[in-house]
Amino acid sequence: MALTFREACSTKSFVVTAEVGPPKGTNVAHLMELVSKLRGTVDGINVTDNQSAVMKLSSLAACRLVLEAGGEPILQLTCRDRNRLALQSDLLAAWVLGIRNVLCLTGDHVRIGDHPAAKPVFDLDSVQLLQLVGRLNAGQDLAGNSLDGAPNFFAGAAVTPGADPLEPQLLKFRKKIVAGAKFFQTQAVFDLDELKRFLDRAQPDGVTILAGIVLLVSPRMAQFLNENIPGVFVPDRLIDRLASVPKEKRLNEGIRIAAELVRAIRDQGLCQGVHIMAIGREEKVLEILHAAE
Amino acid sequence: MIVARRKPLEEIEANIQGFSRLLVVGCGTCMAVCQAGGEKEVEILATQLRMRARLTGRKQKIDEIVLPRQCDREFFEPLDGLVGNYGAILSTACGAGVQFLAERFEEVPIFPALDTLFIGVTEAPGVWAERCSACGKCLLDMTGGICPVTMCAKGLLNGPCGGTNRGKCEVDPQKDCAWTRIYRRLERLGRLRLIEQITPPRDHSVLVRPGRYSLQSAAEE
Repeated sequence: MALTFREACSTKSFVVTAEVGPPKGTNVAHLMELVSKLRGTVDGINVTDNQSAVMKLSSLAACRLVLEAGGEPILQLTCRDRNRLALQSDLLAAWVLGIRNVLCLTGDHVRIGDHPAAKPVFDLDSVQLLQLVGRLNAGQDLAGNSLDGAPNFFAGAAVTPGADPLEPQLLKFRKKIVAGAKFFQTQAVFDLDELKRFLDRAQPDGVTILAGIVLLVSPRMAQFLNENIPGVFVPDRLIDRLASVPKEKRLNEGIRIAAELVRAIRDQGLCQGVHIMAIGREEKVLEILHAAE
Repeated sequence: MIVARRKPLEEIEANIQGFSRLLVVGCGTCMAVCQAGGEKEVEILATQLRMRARLTGRKQKIDEIVLPRQCDREFFEPLDGLVGNYGAILSTACGAGVQFLAERFEEVPIFPALDTLFIGVTEAPGVWAERCSACGKCLLDMTGGICPVTMCAKGLLNGPCGGTNRGKCEVDPQKDCAWTRIYRRLERLGRLRLIEQITPPRDHSVLVRPGRYSLQSAAEE
């Protein structure tokens, strides 16, 4: 019997999760194919929730499909699209559907997504959402009413090691731990010194930190990340490395870079694991892990 | 003050073109300050509409009047006995003023000439910026005089989101990240402890829309 994600976080020396995104539409064939490849290899399959505020099939339904296909789902839950009633009823729904792990996020603003005219909700923030999960786990709803049957979620959150400035990020990081986060997945890390600086400052004792690994596929993608994704910094030496190989070999070079990061984080014992985001190339997660061995 | 901007002329024209007698009613307080609907702007709007009427061969008489405010009944008096002469009223008040006018003169169609934007301040000549969402529970005591409900695009209460970037906001890189500002200001003041504790979710029941407040019932409570 495979370990649950919670068990993996407390017993394994190095935890690996991978991120998948539900389809825009009802065709789940590709998602299911990825799950069949990833299950058994990774400790958790993290399912995005209308990522970048782009409307997709719900994370909740996709998590259930992951579970049915033999994977260990981690439900991403954002505060962008649901008020506190909807968040609670979706969490209870997730529990009865067998989902045990939840990643509590604020969520990207609707303004940057594909429905910019939508009403952003943000009734709670990510810290309050973590507290809410703790309340439900303790058998109470947010208004103090008793639940008839309580969940027992393993809750986590996100953190950006390269945030500039870092201090406000650390303030929120500490609040998230107080609010009940047991694991963190970080924003993409490419510069290990930056990660070390963050870990030195954050002193994250008692929680599992999964360093975010993004698969680079081209110098252009790296530049895009640098210019558009807050707190993400791809050093020039990696961009040059990608640019120095012929186009058809760039994906392989990106896999090699990701594998080197995974290996360094593992061998230097920087974090308890990694969270791999191979956006649009999720099938390459296995190759990254293989190359990192 | 309330800040508004004028609707596009085409939109206003589409509303008022069927009326042969039109009264443009200005609002001389907030709307004069934000240069959207005071005396000068009413004169410009009425002139533009008259020119458009002439150009399009529309027979329309357009008059103007500016009230000190449209959110207080005492200032409506000059309109009594006047409104009956017009087929429609075009108001350059904020949404509150337009509605108050419509309540007073039920028999005449009232049209808004402005889009009301926010409660704000004058940042520079001709530049206004939002500062308050009128949420009903002021938090400025704990956030260094910077409102997270209004100044953070997500209204977050416990620190910045992951979209904050070098002190700017993910929604609009021209705008400051409210939580970076709050942090830095409290740091300067030596009062960071104010935001170290977790702030609970807002209580939206303190202000159920539409809001109403009476001094008398407040005293009775």
